[in-house]
Amino acid sequence: MSLNPMIDQWYPVAIATEVTQDSRETQLMGTPITVAGSETGIPAVTTAEGRVLPVRLRFGHVWTSLGAPEKDLFEIEEADQPGRRLVDVGVVRVRCSPLRAVENFLDIAHFPFVHTDILGAEPHTEVEDYTVEIREESDEVWATQVKFFQPQAAKSAEGGITTEYMYRVPAPTCSILYKTCPPRPGEWDVIALFVQPLTEELCDVWPWMALFDDDSDLTDLIHFQQMIFLQDRSILENQIPSRLPLDPGKEIPTRADLTSVAYRRWLKRHGFTYGAQLVAQ
Amino acid sequence: MKLYDYILSPDCYTVRLFAALSQTELALRPVDFHPGKEHLGPELLRLNPAGSLPVLEDGDLVLSEPAAMLVYIAEKAAEDWLGRTAPDSAARVQQWLGFSRRLSDNLGGARLCQMLLYPGDVAALQLAGRTALRELEAGLVEQDLGGNGFLAGPNATIADIACFAHVALAPDGNVDLEPYPAIRRWLRAIRSLPGFIEMPGIHRLHELKPDP
Repeated sequence: MSLNPMIDQWYPVAIATEVTQDSRETQLMGTPITVAGSETGIPAVTTAEGRVLPVRLRFGHVWTSLGAPEKDLFEIEEADQPGRRLVDVGVVRVRCSPLRAVENFLDIAHFPFVHTDILGAEPHTEVEDYTVEIREESDEVWATQVKFFQPQAAKSAEGGITTEYMYRVPAPTCSILYKTCPPRPGEWDVIALFVQPLTEELCDVWPWMALFDDDSDLTDLIHFQQMIFLQDRSILENQIPSRLPLDPGKEIPTRADLTSVAYRRWLKRHGFTYGAQLVAQ
Repeated sequence: MKLYDYILSPDCYTVRLFAALSQTELALRPVDFHPGKEHLGPELLRLNPAGSLPVLEDGDLVLSEPAAMLVYIAEKAAEDWLGRTAPDSAARVQQWLGFSRRLSDNLGGARLCQMLLYPGDVAALQLAGRTALRELEAGLVEQDLGGNGFLAGPNATIADIACFAHVALAPDGNVDLEPYPAIRRWLRAIRSLPGFIEMPGIHRLHELKPDP
């Protein structure tokens, strides 16, 4: 899978505040890289051969690219909105395709079974109709008007509520979730999953949040999100095939999987196939 | 009783689980272990110089060994779980409590390396973990042959609880449980205990539909 268009994308490779203390040896799409702190405050990212890669500091993380990105890193307007708490949740390594990690994040139907009594509960398992589109202008996948009954939708939620969601995929390994903000109706809580592809079947996942929540302790917010993500991890590591199939045949989608279908279609359209299985086997 | 707790720590969960099984109330004090490394900060180090989690505090008593916490909770609220029915079962409980420390080091260590990118020799930790699992499997088979379902006799004791979390989470550290049928049966038996609670990576048993 050489010269995949995915090399021209931006990827998270470290938490910005952690690089000042230590340099991080890691890899990006199979290429070993070093993320090192520097006196300028902007970390330096280099390959083993000494090639200097472009760097962005955004959303609490260090971003880089192995290729020549045509576009700058996508925007999340809420990141600059006053009053929000920006939370670096911390890295978690998962033995799965980076595309699988994003696809699982987009799935609503698994809530009652994997996040039982938190993000979902039986018998409230129905996924109501929602809208999915590939927005041509921004070239992003969006799912809107997603509604789901949740016993404890957020750390700040008291008791069960019907939560409204929007999902957005602005880059092949990044997904942003907008959800009802219990203490601030009219605003959306933002929960993002930034995935660093180490290889086609191994990734480092960097969850990040921008929330309106003045009451919860920061540690509680981190632990809530880590709890949710770690409930997914063991399932992600056991999915077969381990790469995300982009052609129909191996997996049969249902209506609830419309977002996943659109995501796969969008990946295929762009040739974003690092971590994908192309021919149905 | 106050537990300095981290949601993803098997050792912390061990104490939360036993508190739930024995209906003991715990006040939880979440510690930002990852990514914040709060357990290595001044407040926690003053309490526990080893810098490990969990820490259990009850008045003047401060404990940092999970096995000691299980003993304390059982002595206060659930003496049946101490396994003091006969000299051999009491000794087996102590034997497996000691063994659980090894699981924390090897399987727990492998999991920290594989999941949260802690430094360590993953292959050596996994190998030590597999060696320990074989020993546990043999112990459980021996108990099975004597008609006992748990490590120290017919009923679950704190020894089973002490070993449970690290074994159940072994796949997180890329150590497979497929080769150990007695261990898998035993894990299921513990998950069936009344009052059982889950943690991320250890799912509850979903209710099976009754036969039509």
